[in-house]
Amino acid sequence: MIRVENLAFAYNGTEIFKNLSIEVNEGEIFTILGPNGSGKTTLLKCIERILIPKSGNISIYGKDIKDYSIKELGRIISSVPQQHRITFSYTVLDIVLMGRNPYLDFFSLPSERDVQIAMKALEEVGIAHLKASPYTEISGGELRLTLIARVLAQETPVVILDEPTAFLDFKNEFLILNKIRELKTKKGLTIIMTLHDPNLAMRFSDRILMLTRGKILAIGTPDEVLTSENLKSLYEIETEKMESEGKSYFYPKSPS
Amino acid sequence: MKENPIFTLKARHRILSFKGIIVILSLFNVALFVISLGIGRYSISPSLILNALAIKLFHIGGAVGSTINTVIFDIRLPRVIAALLIGASLSESGAAYQGIFDNPLVSPFTLGLSSGAGFGAGLAILIGGNELVIQLFAFVFAVISVILSIVIGREKNESNSVTLVLAGFIVSSFFTSLISFLKYYADPYTKLPSIVFWLMGSLSNITMKNILINGLIMIVAIIMLYFLRWKLNILSLGDEETRLLGENPKKLKYFIIFLSTLLTSLSVSLSGVIGWVGLVVPHIGRMLIGPNFRKLLPVTILAGSFYLLLIDDVSRVISASEVPIGILTALIGTPIFIYIMWRGKYKW
Repeated sequence: MIRVENLAFAYNGTEIFKNLSIEVNEGEIFTILGPNGSGKTTLLKCIERILIPKSGNISIYGKDIKDYSIKELGRIISSVPQQHRITFSYTVLDIVLMGRNPYLDFFSLPSERDVQIAMKALEEVGIAHLKASPYTEISGGELRLTLIARVLAQETPVVILDEPTAFLDFKNEFLILNKIRELKTKKGLTIIMTLHDPNLAMRFSDRILMLTRGKILAIGTPDEVLTSENLKSLYEIETEKMESEGKSYFYPKSPS
Repeated sequence: MKENPIFTLKARHRILSFKGIIVILSLFNVALFVISLGIGRYSISPSLILNALAIKLFHIGGAVGSTINTVIFDIRLPRVIAALLIGASLSESGAAYQGIFDNPLVSPFTLGLSSGAGFGAGLAILIGGNELVIQLFAFVFAVISVILSIVIGREKNESNSVTLVLAGFIVSSFFTSLISFLKYYADPYTKLPSIVFWLMGSLSNITMKNILINGLIMIVAIIMLYFLRWKLNILSLGDEETRLLGENPKKLKYFIIFLSTLLTSLSVSLSGVIGWVGLVVPHIGRMLIGPNFRKLLPVTILAGSFYLLLIDDVSRVISASEVPIGILTALIGTPIFIYIMWRGKYKW
């Protein structure tokens, strides 16, 4: 569904990646793992067309993303950015309503129907009770949920989440990922996200891409990709694979 | 997560609801409108004004003397309408500018507009142009100064607000020195006073004729900008998120700058330079209702029209000879701004 071919990108001459080719299938959760500075966010921003690659192509539904207008792209891809700049004390509902923008004309304001869609999105992520709260005064987990609700209100087939668990506590990171998987199953969304925790990636992804210094280390199902060897080359840390009740997870060893 | 403290002034003790504020401000505007038609050297009572208005509009009520009719409809009405429109225009553009530049110190004059207009007016006065030529030159050079600022401040990849503000400062300084040049060469007995007086701003020369075209375009632009208030909210999330929400941030910004420039240039070409309104009134609006543009713009428009009309009334009655309104807006605007700054200090 999303095809990235021979992508190259450089920030002011510093090469982030080149000859990168991947394909994301419809209806899967595609997780990108990699250390800081490996090019994860850059790759996502290229797909979002916020960054323009040096060379290579990205196509969605067989059409190059260059050929979509910003508005059209806004109806195909929605995103929860890693850093959200909090400015004004909008209400939670105001923020979610902004997801309806790709469907509105230049001079128009959201209609009653848009409000209903936004409310439904809030209900789906379970924070309808917060609709009138200023979104500057809710918790980090609630903020993530608000942004996820906005993505739902945007009604796009592709959803990109850059570190959806950043700044979240133990419980909230689990809740958010669970919610993402639930919504994917229910709505058939295609989800691309980046994560830092291999154990969460294992639990919640259909396929995983391991990216290190702009190169593909491994790509495949969690079982295929998540091995102690791969994790060592990815994060330069020794891990131990533990298994319990049919589930496995990785535990970093203390440096000797 | 970056937080811009300027815009997070909390709604402390917000007693009035949005609707309440709108109703009250509207009533204030209407009341002041009637009062303004009555005050001045030739004083007319409000009941007589209402009577005259009723006859003019609906042909009902008793006859009114022709002197009173002349004073109300030919002398005061154009001026009062101009004050309302210019106050609303400068304030609305100021709010929009502060929003897109993400900067509370920005005003509609930030991109050098007032200096450009001043130079245009000065040039027209120097070559002996009439009222209409002065108006046209002021408008054209106001627009030129903004275009210059945008061309100079444009960055290759991203529209960076700070460079744009800097470019505005440069253009403004450039035109200010050109104004000095004009002043130096102007005839000190006839032309120089006109230039100086124009630069201080005044609504005293406005007639129905020269407000008609400007006024109509201003109303259209005020309404268009008003309908973009929701997009202004989206823009406040930053360029990247605006794009993700399916909107071209650059195009949107330039269109808003275009509308604001149009409003401000038309205002300035009518009245000369009236400073501080576009800077102070949006802050008053934010204090009243908060920073959400959906509510801020209507409040700012109504507060701005009221504010400028009130100050113009003061300028008319304060002494036998009028005080230029530009002097008063600065004199009144500065203490208000200091108050807002101090009151909000804990959040700045």
